[in-house]
Amino acid sequence: MKNTLFTMLLLALPFLIYSQEKSQTGIPNVQIQNLDFTHFNTGDIENDGNPIIISFWATWCSPCKRELNTIAEVYEDWQDETGVKLIAISIDDTRNINKVAPYVNGQAWDYEVYIDPNSDFRRAMNVNNVPHTFLLDGSGKIVYQHNAYSPGDEEKLYELVKKLANGEAISH
Amino acid sequence: MRYLGVITLLIITTLNSQAQQLQDFLNDPGSIHGNFEMNTQYYQPDSSISAQQPPEELGFNGYLNLIYNRGNFEAGVRYESYQNALLGYSDQYEGNGIMYRYAKYKADNLEFTVGNFYEQFGNGQILRTYFDPGFGIDNSIDGVRVKYNLKGIYLKGLIGKQRNYFEYGDGIVRGLDGEVSFNELIDQWSSSPLRFTVGGSLVSKFQDDNSTLYTIPENVLAYSSRFNLNYKGFNLNGEYTYKYNDPSADNHFSYRNGQALLLSTSYSRKGFGITLSAKTLDNMFFRSDRNNNSQFPELYINFLPTLTKQHTYNLMSTLYPYAIQYNGEISYQADVIYTFKKGTLLGGKYGTTIQFNASYAANIDTVSLNDEATERKLYETNLFESGDKFWHDINVEISKKFSKSFKAKFTYQNLFYNIDVIQGKPGEPNVLANVVVADLLFKLDKKNAIRTELQGLFTEQDQKDWATVVVEWTHSPNWFASVIDQYNYGNEVVEDRQHYVTANVGYIKGGTRVTLGYGRQRAGIFCVGGVCRVVPASSGVSLSITSTF
Repeated sequence: MKNTLFTMLLLALPFLIYSQEKSQTGIPNVQIQNLDFTHFNTGDIENDGNPIIISFWATWCSPCKRELNTIAEVYEDWQDETGVKLIAISIDDTRNINKVAPYVNGQAWDYEVYIDPNSDFRRAMNVNNVPHTFLLDGSGKIVYQHNAYSPGDEEKLYELVKKLANGEAISH
Repeated sequence: MRYLGVITLLIITTLNSQAQQLQDFLNDPGSIHGNFEMNTQYYQPDSSISAQQPPEELGFNGYLNLIYNRGNFEAGVRYESYQNALLGYSDQYEGNGIMYRYAKYKADNLEFTVGNFYEQFGNGQILRTYFDPGFGIDNSIDGVRVKYNLKGIYLKGLIGKQRNYFEYGDGIVRGLDGEVSFNELIDQWSSSPLRFTVGGSLVSKFQDDNSTLYTIPENVLAYSSRFNLNYKGFNLNGEYTYKYNDPSADNHFSYRNGQALLLSTSYSRKGFGITLSAKTLDNMFFRSDRNNNSQFPELYINFLPTLTKQHTYNLMSTLYPYAIQYNGEISYQADVIYTFKKGTLLGGKYGTTIQFNASYAANIDTVSLNDEATERKLYETNLFESGDKFWHDINVEISKKFSKSFKAKFTYQNLFYNIDVIQGKPGEPNVLANVVVADLLFKLDKKNAIRTELQGLFTEQDQKDWATVVVEWTHSPNWFASVIDQYNYGNEVVEDRQHYVTANVGYIKGGTRVTLGYGRQRAGIFCVGGVCRVVPASSGVSLSITSTF
């Protein structure tokens, strides 16, 4: 009962608090880390109005690495053709955090990679498990998402990216 | 009369501004999003693998997270349901309820949270609260947290009690953390390739002295300091934590202070990366209830990771997993990754990646000052000398793409496992094992792929040899099916040479995944928070659904 009251109060609060600021994209603003462990705000993610892919992964997640290594082979073409940007969010915690940059460089990825060591951004994006990939349109709105990776998924993803780049609506 | 006019005016103004607020709210009502997860299993008795059927026959864990955002305001709740909890979870997860709810507001550089929150100071070795439903972990703090940052200075303060199932821990946790990023603080350094950060934390817990045997410090303080240095591809970071006397059930009510030190360095450039880490610790159990020494991860304030590779192949990850020894451990790890370029002799047409990893862990050199029979353990130690060996793991993994339709990964592991200490099986001999895995992926066409894993574990100790075969079919983007068979073919006891076969079928659409499974699961080992516990063998039908919205 106490909990229910508290919850209702929480949900009523926004009526009481008047807030003018709006984030520029639909991406929640959470403080995570760059590959060199300096601070990064996810609210600063942007791509000049072009599509953005946000992919949650970890160094211990085989399908995640399979997905990102597969896309890495064609990433240059994707960028040239559509202007898309892929942002890889590692959810590795302290156990593996020091292996993230060596892995990313060891595989020669050209993605923007950030580390979310206590899963703050993962929670804000409601990710249950990895891999989980989001596609955002130029305004930062999530238009597609996919949980898990099977070989071939990248082609479906790229079809949607091309549609976005051509200004077509996405229905899935 | 004059007053009436003023009052009327006031009312109209107020109503107007409220109407304006209502209008604003209707124009931008904010957004609600969340996720859902449920795992359920119907248990069948299966005496050949000692799988039992609990009286309720069915286990169920369910979670729903909801987050509401509007501008700088955020609120969230999580509803949880355990009826009854799946086997392997603590039976204190029982029933339904909301044990996680919060409201958060950001005003420029200030952010405050009331309710539950997850937080990590530094690398977490002094304080980390997190949620991991797979392990049944939620040590969130319920209280108040304030964060403030200004030009490279990051400050955090928090106070509260930790969640323990559907109750709270006894102790109050207080914490302060500060970090300075010199590249943000000093304008001239903003574009320097040298990045330098220092930080420090204070964490204190309070709990009434409820002991009849000893005089217990009611307030226990710990502090931590850390740094991070980065220059182009080179990184060096470290953290040192000191904990004042904290007699507890975990450390046999020792009044000794605790210490932990973790150092890590890495270097990488395109196609090459290396990481070296070292850690030593003594007496670092740190829970917000000194009387709690549960085998389940309850009320931990700090988080100390194992410096070992997180394997994913079944026989490498679930038979002999390492667990950190909070009461004393020294460990090292080296990890190297190298990619042979396309077109070279070893690289072939698509390139070849080799990963090498080695880790070692042992007790810190300890000299006991009293006999082993006395309950309180007194000892002297040298933090930088190794004592009894707990673990080693030397492994190498080669990944190669042979053609557009065929990729393979080969892994070899050599393992040393002190089962006596890690799994608490006194007198059991150390396990020495060799493990090999071939992971083959055949892409049949644009949408269909078959992946197989052939695994073998060879050892003279414990349950002897194991083999695992996995076959997995995926149909992009919606379907998958898999069969796994683990076979303890080398077991000395002929009746225990069991096949553990499980089949799964899954459907994925967008952010939703549904998996239906049937089969038998051997008793597995979960190692969390310094102890390993056995999740009992089970047999039956399982259904799992996860969804993000």
